Amino acid sequence: MNSVRFRLFIILVAATSLVWLSAFVWVQQSTRGKVERVLDARLAEAGQMVSSLLSDQRIDLNTIAVAPTGAAKTDGILETDYSHKLSCQIWSLNGALVGSSGSAPQGKLTDRDTGFSTNVIDGEKWRVYSVVNEALGMRIMVGDSYKVRDRLVEDVTRGLALPALLVLPIMAVLILVSVQRGLAPLERLASALSQRPAEDLSPVSVAPLPREIKPMGDALNGLFSRVTVMRDREKSFTSFAAHELKTPLAAIKTQAQVAAMAPDKDTRLRALDQIQHGVGRADRMVRQLLALASLDSDDALDESKGQVAKIIQAVASDLARTAAEKQVAIGFTDHSEAVMRTHAVLLSVAVRNVVENAIHASPVGASVDISLTNESGRCHVSVHDMGPGIPAEEIPRISARFYRGKGAKEGGSGLGLSIVAAALERLGGDISFQRHPEGGETVTLMIPVD
Amino acid sequence: MRILIVEDDETLADGLSVGLRLSGLTPELVTTVADAREALAHGGYSAIVLDIMLPDGTGLELLSELRSQGDNTPALLLSALDQTQDRVAGLDLGADDYLGKPFDLAEVSARLRAIVRRAEGRAESFIRWNGLAVDPARMTGHKDNCTIEFSPREFTILRALLERPGAILSKTVLEDRLYGWQDGVESNAVEVHIHKLRVKLGAGFIQTVRGAGYRLAGAGQ
Repeated sequence: MNSVRFRLFIILVAATSLVWLSAFVWVQQSTRGKVERVLDARLAEAGQMVSSLLSDQRIDLNTIAVAPTGAAKTDGILETDYSHKLSCQIWSLNGALVGSSGSAPQGKLTDRDTGFSTNVIDGEKWRVYSVVNEALGMRIMVGDSYKVRDRLVEDVTRGLALPALLVLPIMAVLILVSVQRGLAPLERLASALSQRPAEDLSPVSVAPLPREIKPMGDALNGLFSRVTVMRDREKSFTSFAAHELKTPLAAIKTQAQVAAMAPDKDTRLRALDQIQHGVGRADRMVRQLLALASLDSDDALDESKGQVAKIIQAVASDLARTAAEKQVAIGFTDHSEAVMRTHAVLLSVAVRNVVENAIHASPVGASVDISLTNESGRCHVSVHDMGPGIPAEEIPRISARFYRGKGAKEGGSGLGLSIVAAALERLGGDISFQRHPEGGETVTLMIPVD
Repeated sequence: MRILIVEDDETLADGLSVGLRLSGLTPELVTTVADAREALAHGGYSAIVLDIMLPDGTGLELLSELRSQGDNTPALLLSALDQTQDRVAGLDLGADDYLGKPFDLAEVSARLRAIVRRAEGRAESFIRWNGLAVDPARMTGHKDNCTIEFSPREFTILRALLERPGAILSKTVLEDRLYGWQDGVESNAVEVHIHKLRVKLGAGFIQTVRGAGYRLAGAGQ
């Protein structure tokens, strides 16, 4: 399940349980070890004690042998769970049972001569210490049942486990509650975001967010502001485009109405001619707007590359008709002496707009000269016209969208150079303007090539 | 009615100019704020048709400049920006009306007549003088229960004389009003149209002031 809350809860509960479990195992092990050591020491002491009592003749062996089962042992002693229940057997060294305590089992406690051993006698596990009394020729075996030891360890560990079992569910509830509370700001953020209308890109208030979630809030706000910028740019582009298209449309409509109300043939023919002119301009503007929109998007660079000289040649022959209408000649000279390649669409769009501007700036009968040179990794495309040139003070502004220069008589869209600028940015190129004192302007595009 | 058109789009300006002339107005055309300033300095315009986006500034700048100088020439803003806030901004700056592009020529001339009428303090659209009621929207006149039709050129001259009844307008002023027709103004055009008007309105309606020009005869004459 891909839920942070669920995972956190499981991890916390599992970790807490693991801590308890390891504490439990560790306490059990160490308790068992200690109990073993203490009780083993007691066994050894008891064995030595019986041996020394026998040596001092303080115990009559015959009495032991006939000692009634469990009689004297419990006299006056309150038997508790932990009563030591020591059993004792005394054997002669030749293997005959001399005597045994009442609680001792029927079988021999151990086969070992000396020291500790663990044996199963009549299905019960015993811990036995045997000691040999050489002087009397006796072997004393003292043992206790493992049952007691197990009970001791069990009680200690149960004392530990019981509170753990009680506390763990409470802890689980506490963990659940705190995980819920910890994740609450995230849920508040999510619900605030999901209730937002699509146009609301105002920043999320990050102040009440905990430190861990604040970066996400900040990142969201960063994204919002970037989206806002992009949306505003698109909006302004669309509104500018609509705005700029309305003027040629208004011109066409007005001329159509003039044609309709014209009292004579001349006025009507002139209006019809103006309509054609207006449609031509609207068409060019739509084409430029589309070019600009595609340069703004990311698709433009996907286009394949082409040879620079061929691209320029294609643009020049494309525009030959437009130029011929203005009685302007277009010439193209290739000085590059090398095959240079670059993005076909971008270069063609850039060159086309510069040449179009040159044609529109040219006086009737002039020529527009395009020349191509190769300058260490870059191609220089120079477009020279015989127009009035661009005043120096207008140069910083001419690439702004919809900026039309003061001398722009032809009623251009004001988009040409912003298209060139957008294309050059994509190509990593540069533009320079050079106004000639004797008249005319040279616009040079410097574009990196392969 | 001399109308100053400030519009930088060649085709549109041409259409407006020809269209308004055919509606009996006398349009004059400039393409920049600077040229408009110069033309307005000479004065004498009944109204201004003003585009907002111009090569050397905005129509709104020109408008607020005019109003701050106390020039109350009625102004009709033409703009492709036709959102409500753009209209409000234009009207608040002192425009008398606002039309979004693209517009109808008929609407432009109707609105021009309306703002000029308001500026002249007339409540009705008819201009009355000496028993003649002129309907500028139809370029017609009513006199003695008869409807008189005028050609655009005749109407242009009549409208000029009606602007300040009784005032003498020289032949040159009247020629200026006719100037701009594609076929040009013949040297005797004013005389020809005055003659036609006299035929339609009666010989005494327009007086010739020897050596000065023409004026409308006073009431009762």
